[in-house]
Amino acid sequence: MNALEIHGLTKVYPGGVAALKGIDLTVREGEFFALLGPNGAGKSTTIGIITSLTSKTAGSVQVFGDDIDRNFEAAKRHIGLVPQEINFSQFETPLDIVVNQAGFYGVPRRIALDRAEEYLTRLSLWDKRNSPARALSGGMKRRLMIARALLHEPRLLILDEPTAGVDIELRRSTWEFITDVNKAGRTIILTTHYLEEAESLCRDVAIIDKGQIIANTSMRALLEQLNIESFILDLARPLSAAPNIPYVECQLNDPLCLEIRVDKSQNLNDVFDSLTGQGVEIMSLRNKSNRLEELFLRILKEGAQAGGSATAKAAAEATAKASAQYARAGHGSGEASP
Amino acid sequence: MNRLLRNRVAFETLLRKEIRRFTRIWVQTLLPPAVTMTLYFVIFGNLIGSRVGEMGGYSYMQYIAPGIIMMSVINNAYANVVSSFFGAKFQHHIEELLVAPIPNVLILAGYVAGGMARGLLVGIIVTGVALFFTRLSVASVWVTLSTVILTSTLFSLGGFINAVFAKKFDDISIVPTFILTPLTYLGGVFYSIDLLPKFWQTVSLANPVLYMVNAFRFGILGESDVPIGLSYLVICGFIVLLTAISLTLLNRGTGIRS
Repeated sequence: MNALEIHGLTKVYPGGVAALKGIDLTVREGEFFALLGPNGAGKSTTIGIITSLTSKTAGSVQVFGDDIDRNFEAAKRHIGLVPQEINFSQFETPLDIVVNQAGFYGVPRRIALDRAEEYLTRLSLWDKRNSPARALSGGMKRRLMIARALLHEPRLLILDEPTAGVDIELRRSTWEFITDVNKAGRTIILTTHYLEEAESLCRDVAIIDKGQIIANTSMRALLEQLNIESFILDLARPLSAAPNIPYVECQLNDPLCLEIRVDKSQNLNDVFDSLTGQGVEIMSLRNKSNRLEELFLRILKEGAQAGGSATAKAAAEATAKASAQYARAGHGSGEASP
Repeated sequence: MNRLLRNRVAFETLLRKEIRRFTRIWVQTLLPPAVTMTLYFVIFGNLIGSRVGEMGGYSYMQYIAPGIIMMSVINNAYANVVSSFFGAKFQHHIEELLVAPIPNVLILAGYVAGGMARGLLVGIIVTGVALFFTRLSVASVWVTLSTVILTSTLFSLGGFINAVFAKKFDDISIVPTFILTPLTYLGGVFYSIDLLPKFWQTVSLANPVLYMVNAFRFGILGESDVPIGLSYLVICGFIVLLTAISLTLLNRGTGIRS
């Protein structure tokens, strides 16, 4: 069974801004799925619609087979949401926040208290359970939202930028926890700006831009599209100019740091022989960390260039149709949304 | 677990959360009405009231006590829901409810029950204060309780609708200041409308608060300016109307969903 099925999802905000232009998306059960895109691409709108925080203009969303319109209570029970912004009462205690949220899902208080101890302990928050939430650090607040999202034991956990502004150590421990949650059988959908995190954690990925899905495949297949590898070389002696090697792009980041971009088909031994031949002495070598980032930027660029493509045309037609339906329904600009 | 049980747990959780909210900040929610109403009793009831003499066959202090109790119930039921729901919107923790599988009618019921709880608790506190100044008997327990429960329900609904539309903190004080307070003061809390000229008596009959104050006064003293049946009709009519408006707003997501 698919954890999430989205068909023709369209969102036109009052005033005519089309945030989503008829997207289709499927996430398989048990997947660790990355939903990537630049700011304003439509990620948060998509998540908002799935979780009922935003009303859709057209299309359908099913969570484990339950439609969010026709069977909203069952659909909502499957979902746990960790939102981008802190959205709990700053005056309540962490224990009250997580137990109350479980209560809203119908989890009896006694069971909720047991689970609260388990999750708050695992997320290193148990000692702070009776402190006012406003006294927690930024990282603690983010972990509190993760605990809160898990207390009703959802099958699908949606994480919208869960580690934004969190320090490296805390990010790592958070991801270890989330990976365990995924291994325990829960489906995870993640949006993040830390693309190296998406690359290392997620098996499937969709890239959304300007309200359209422009890539939807496995992480491996996506990365295979990247036929250029970048390496950073730390040099023993400073260079005044970048060396000249056929079919290799060399760029001197500083006199002791050389960046090379090599086609995957190129033999690296030949590249290093050429560098040695030109008197370049290499002290250390590392992959330029973010392959996905490189690919992500390339796909976005290609998407922008293919403005007149058939896909974009179809999406524009879907949006125009949805806008017209919306206008016919009597929603003028500036009105509160339905 | 069946749906009924889940919904019961959700409602109890929301009600508990609401009660904890206003009891946690009791200095802002429970103490001020006790202090304010004590001043009303001292100034209007004792100092001025001793010169006013009897009203409707009762001492002035006895006459105004039910009105003052009802005024505090009205103000606090309204204030609780408007500030709690707007606060939830403002801090975005309303999303905790919106993502959960709670029917809208239960969200409304939870907030209204929270408002009623504060209204009733403040009503009890102010009654306790009143007993320091005068002797109160209860002419009809049923009328007294039903009036105070229905009135707190009505103004909790009013507070909810105000909070749905409010976009900034100013918006939650406009209605209490410019509508609720004048209606309450002109609703027969401090006087019988028999004292007014005929024209203003008729105008006063358009004030719904008059029916609530008088129904409650009937429950305590057995004395009312308006027929008790009409009072129930007005209160219940407004409850039905405001419930329908509140549910429509919730179902449309007005002010809470983008």
